[in-house]
Amino acid sequence: MDFELTEEQRMMRDMVYKWALKELAPIQEKVDEEDWFPPDFFKKCAEIGILGITIDEKYGGLGSDVLTQTLVVEQMSRFAPGLAMTYAAHSNLCVHNIHRNANEYLKEKYLPPMVRGEKIGALALTEPNAGSDAMSIRTRAVKKGDKYILNGTKIFITNGPVADVFLVYAKTQPELGAKGISAFIVEKDFPGFSVSRKIRKCGMRGSPTGELVFDNCEVPAENLVGQENMGVHVMTSGLDVERIVLAGGSVGMAEQALEYAVNYAVEREQFGQPIANFQMIQQKLADMYARTEAARLLVYRAADLAQKSPRGGKGTELTKMAAAAVLFASETATWVCNQAVQIHGGYGYCLEFPVQNLWRDAKLYEIGAGTNEIRRIIVARELTREAFARKAQR
Amino acid sequence: MDYFLTEEQRLLQEIAYEIVKERIRPVRAELDEKEEFPWAIMRDLAQSDLFGIWIPKEYGGLGMGILENCLVVEQLARGCIGIATTFAASGLGAYPIVLFGSDELKRKYLPPIARGEKLAAFALTEPGAGSDVSAIRTRAVRVGDEYILNGTKQWITNGGEADIYSVFAITDPSKGPRGASCFVVEKGDPGFFFGKKEKKLGIRTSATRELVFNDCRIPRSRLIGKEGLGFIIAMKTFDKSRPGIGALGVGLAQEALDISVEYARKRIQFGKPIISFQVIQHKIADMAMKIEAARALIYSAARYLDTKADAPDASKIAAMCKVFASDVAVQVALEAVQVLGGYGYMRDYPVEKLLRDSKILQIYEGTNEIQRNIIGQELNKEYGRIKESFIR
Ligand SMILES: Cc1cc2nc3c(=O)[nH]c(=O)nc-3n(C[C@H](O)[C@H](O)[C@H](O)COP(=O)(O)OP(=O)(O)OC[C@H]3O[C@@H](n4cnc5c(N)ncnc54)[C@H](O)[C@@H]3O)c2cc1C
Ligand SMILES: Cc1cc2nc3c(=O)[nH]c(=O)nc-3n(C[C@H](O)[C@H](O)[C@H](O)COP(=O)(O)OP(=O)(O)OC[C@H]3O[C@@H](n4cnc5c(N)ncnc54)[C@H](O)[C@@H]3O)c2cc1C
Repeated sequence: MDFELTEEQRMMRDMVYKWALKELAPIQEKVDEEDWFPPDFFKKCAEIGILGITIDEKYGGLGSDVLTQTLVVEQMSRFAPGLAMTYAAHSNLCVHNIHRNANEYLKEKYLPPMVRGEKIGALALTEPNAGSDAMSIRTRAVKKGDKYILNGTKIFITNGPVADVFLVYAKTQPELGAKGISAFIVEKDFPGFSVSRKIRKCGMRGSPTGELVFDNCEVPAENLVGQENMGVHVMTSGLDVERIVLAGGSVGMAEQALEYAVNYAVEREQFGQPIANFQMIQQKLADMYARTEAARLLVYRAADLAQKSPRGGKGTELTKMAAAAVLFASETATWVCNQAVQIHGGYGYCLEFPVQNLWRDAKLYEIGAGTNEIRRIIVARELTREAFARKAQR
Repeated sequence: MDYFLTEEQRLLQEIAYEIVKERIRPVRAELDEKEEFPWAIMRDLAQSDLFGIWIPKEYGGLGMGILENCLVVEQLARGCIGIATTFAASGLGAYPIVLFGSDELKRKYLPPIARGEKLAAFALTEPGAGSDVSAIRTRAVRVGDEYILNGTKQWITNGGEADIYSVFAITDPSKGPRGASCFVVEKGDPGFFFGKKEKKLGIRTSATRELVFNDCRIPRSRLIGKEGLGFIIAMKTFDKSRPGIGALGVGLAQEALDISVEYARKRIQFGKPIISFQVIQHKIADMAMKIEAARALIYSAARYLDTKADAPDASKIAAMCKVFASDVAVQVALEAVQVLGGYGYMRDYPVEKLLRDSKILQIYEGTNEIQRNIIGQELNKEYGRIKESFIR
C-alpha cells in the first residue's frame, strides 16, 4: 500500500495552501459577514490553473486525478470553505460531469471557457419537494422540434445566482420515474430561465445559493447530455466523485480548526499556565487529531479508488466508500470545529475569531450532496447486498 | 409530563409563553439579523412584572425562587435565548445586591430593577481572566469616602444598555482571592465608559460590551457587603443562576424539538412524511428523552436549592444543571438542523439560529469544563467524608 502523495499532488496541495492563505484568508471575514462572492474569484482560480484539474488537456485542463482535486478543495476549505464549495460545484459537479458524459460537440463548446474561468458552472438537481428523494423531481422537459421546453423550479443551487452554465436534470418521461430523467446544459441567457432569489444561509456564506425558475425555458436539443432518459446514469456517475471531492472540504476544515485550537491552547493562559496543560484540553486535542487523520485517510483512499474505478453507482465498492468517506469526514469536521470553538472559550463565540465560522460551515457537508442519513442507508445497502443475494439463493 | 407546579408557577409559565408567541417569535429573526437590542420586549416583560421574580417583596419584587426563575427563562428561551439572556443577565446583575447588599443599596437599586425600568449587569470577566476569575486585575482603591476603579471588563452582557452594574474588583492585591470586592457602578458615573459591541456567532440581539473604568469614582456606600467578599458573592450568585442557564438550554431544545417534529410530520420524501422513517423517529426520540431528563434535573435541583438555603452541595448541583442541559441544547440543535435538511441550514427557517445560539450555553457563566471541575472536586470532597467502602 502506497501512502505517499505523488510529487504533482504535493506541489498542487502546497501551492493551493499558499494561495488560499494569501488570497482568500484575508477576505474571508468580509465573505462570511456580508455573504459576499468576490467577483474575480474564478479568474483567480484560473490563473493558478485549478479549474480543470480532472479535465483533458485538449480542453485546457490538467488531465490530473480525483485526489488532486480533493486536495485543492481541502486546502481552500481551510481558509474559505464557502468559496471552496463554490469552486467544487463549478469544477467538479458541473465541469467534471460534462466532461464525463457529454458528447464531443458539447465538450468543445462548453469546457474551454469554463476551464478558463470565463464561464461559471452549477449543477441543478434539487427541487423544493425533491431533496433526498431526488428521483421525484418534477421539472419537465418536453421535446418540441429541435428544442426541449423546460418547466419547473430548482432550489439550493450552489452558484445559481452567478453561474452561466447549468447542468440541469428534468423529467422527459415522468411515467418512467427514475428512468425518465434526462440531463441538459442550460445557459443563463436561454429564454425562460431566471434566478428567482439568493438564499441566506447559516454558513458557507459567500457561496451564492439560488433558486432557479424554468418558465417555458427553451433549450436546444443538442444540449442534451448523454442519452434521453439516461439522466440518472449521468447523475450517479458523478455523485460518487462529488462526494469524495467535497469530503476533502471537511478534512480541510477539521485540519484548520485543529491548528487554530493547538495554537490557542498553547498561547492562552489561565490559572497561571497555558490551557494546553489541562488534561481536558489535551483529551480534546488528541481526539481532534485522531479523527481528522482517520477522515483524511478514508477520503484519500476513496479518491484513489475513484480514479481507478471505471464506474460508480449501485453495486460498486466506490459508491460505498464514497458515501462512507463523506459521512465520516463531515461528522468529524462538525465535531472537531465544535471542540475548537469550545477551546477558544468566549473568544470562540466572537465573529472575529474564525473557528465559529468553520463550525457553521462544517455542518453543511452533513446535509449537502445527500444527507448523512441517506449516506448511511447507501453504505448499509452496499454492505448487505451480497449477503441478501446469497440468502435469496438458499 | 406533570411536574406538580403550583397554580402561581403555571401562571408565570403562561405569561412568559404568551410573550414568546405574540412578541418574540415574530421578531426574533430580524433582531438576530440586525443585532438589535430587544428594548420593546424588555418593556413587555416589565409590564408583566417578570423582572421582579427573585427580588424580595419588600423591595418591589415577587420574592420568588430559583424554580420560578427557571420556569420563566425556559419559556422565554423557546422564543430566543438572546432575549432570555438579556432578561436573565439583569437578574444576575441584581443578585449580588439581593444577597449581600445593604438595606440602603437594596432600597435604591432593587425596585427599579424589579419594575424593569432599569436593567442590571454582572461584570466579572476580563481579557486575562475568564475561567480563572481570581486573575482579575481591575483595581478599586479607597480614597476618603470614595472608591476609585481602574481596569477593563470584557464581554459583559447588557453592557451599555444596563443602568446598574455589579462590578468585581481587587481591593487588596496582597490577599489573593480574598482581596476581591463587589461594587455597584451606575451608567453615567464619572470615568465609566463602554467599548464597542461585540459581533457574535449567536445571541446577537443580546448586547455584549467591554466596560472601561478610568479613574471611575463611586461613593463608598456602593460596596456590596464587605471588602474581601467579592468571590464569595460571585460564587453564591452562580449557585443561584446556573440552574437558570440550564433552563435556557431546555427551552431552546424544546423549541428545536417542536419545530423538528412538526416539520418531520409535514415533509414528504419518498412518498411519505419523513417522520415515518426510523432514523427520524429515533432522532426525535433521543431529543425528547434528553430534554425531559434535563428538565427533570433542573426542576428538582431548583426546588431543592430553594428549600435548602445553605445546601452544602449547592455548587455541584447548580453546575450539573448547567452542563447537562447546555450539552443537551447543542446536541438537540445540531439534530434539528439535520432533520430539516437543506431547509435547516437556511436563514428562512429558525433552526440554524437555534444552533448558533445554543453554543453560548456551554461557554458563559463558567465553561462546561470548569463546571465539570467543580462537580469532580466536590465529589472528591464528599467521598472523602464517607467512611463506608463500596469496593467490598
Ligand atoms: C448550501 C447547500 C448547497 C446545495 N447545493 C446544491 C447544488 O448545487 N445542487 C443541487 O442539486 N442541490 C444542492 N443542495 C441540495 C442538497 O443536496 C439537499 O439539501 C439534500 O439532498 C437534502 O435534501 P432536503 O434538503 O430536501 O432534505 P430532505 O430530503 O427533506 O430531508 C429531511 C430529513 O429527512 C431525512 N430523510 C429523508 N429521506 C429519508 C429516508 N428515506 N430515511 C431516513 N431519513 C430520511 C434526511 O436525512 C433529513 O434529515 C444544496 C443544499 C445546501 C443546503
Ligand atoms: C456572549 C458572552 C456573554 C458573556 N457575558 C458575561 C457577563 O455578563 N459577565 C461576565 O462577567 N462574563 C461574561 N462572559 C464571559 C464568560 O463567562 C467567559 O467567556 C467564560 O467564563 C470563559 O472564559 P474565557 O472566554 O476567558 O475562556 P478561557 O478561560 O480562556 O478558557 C478557554 C478554554 O480553556 C478551558 N479551560 C480553562 N481553564 C481550564 C481548566 N482549569 N481545566 C480545563 N479546562 C480549562 C475552558 O473550558 C475553555 O474551553 C460572557 C461571554 C460571552 C461570550
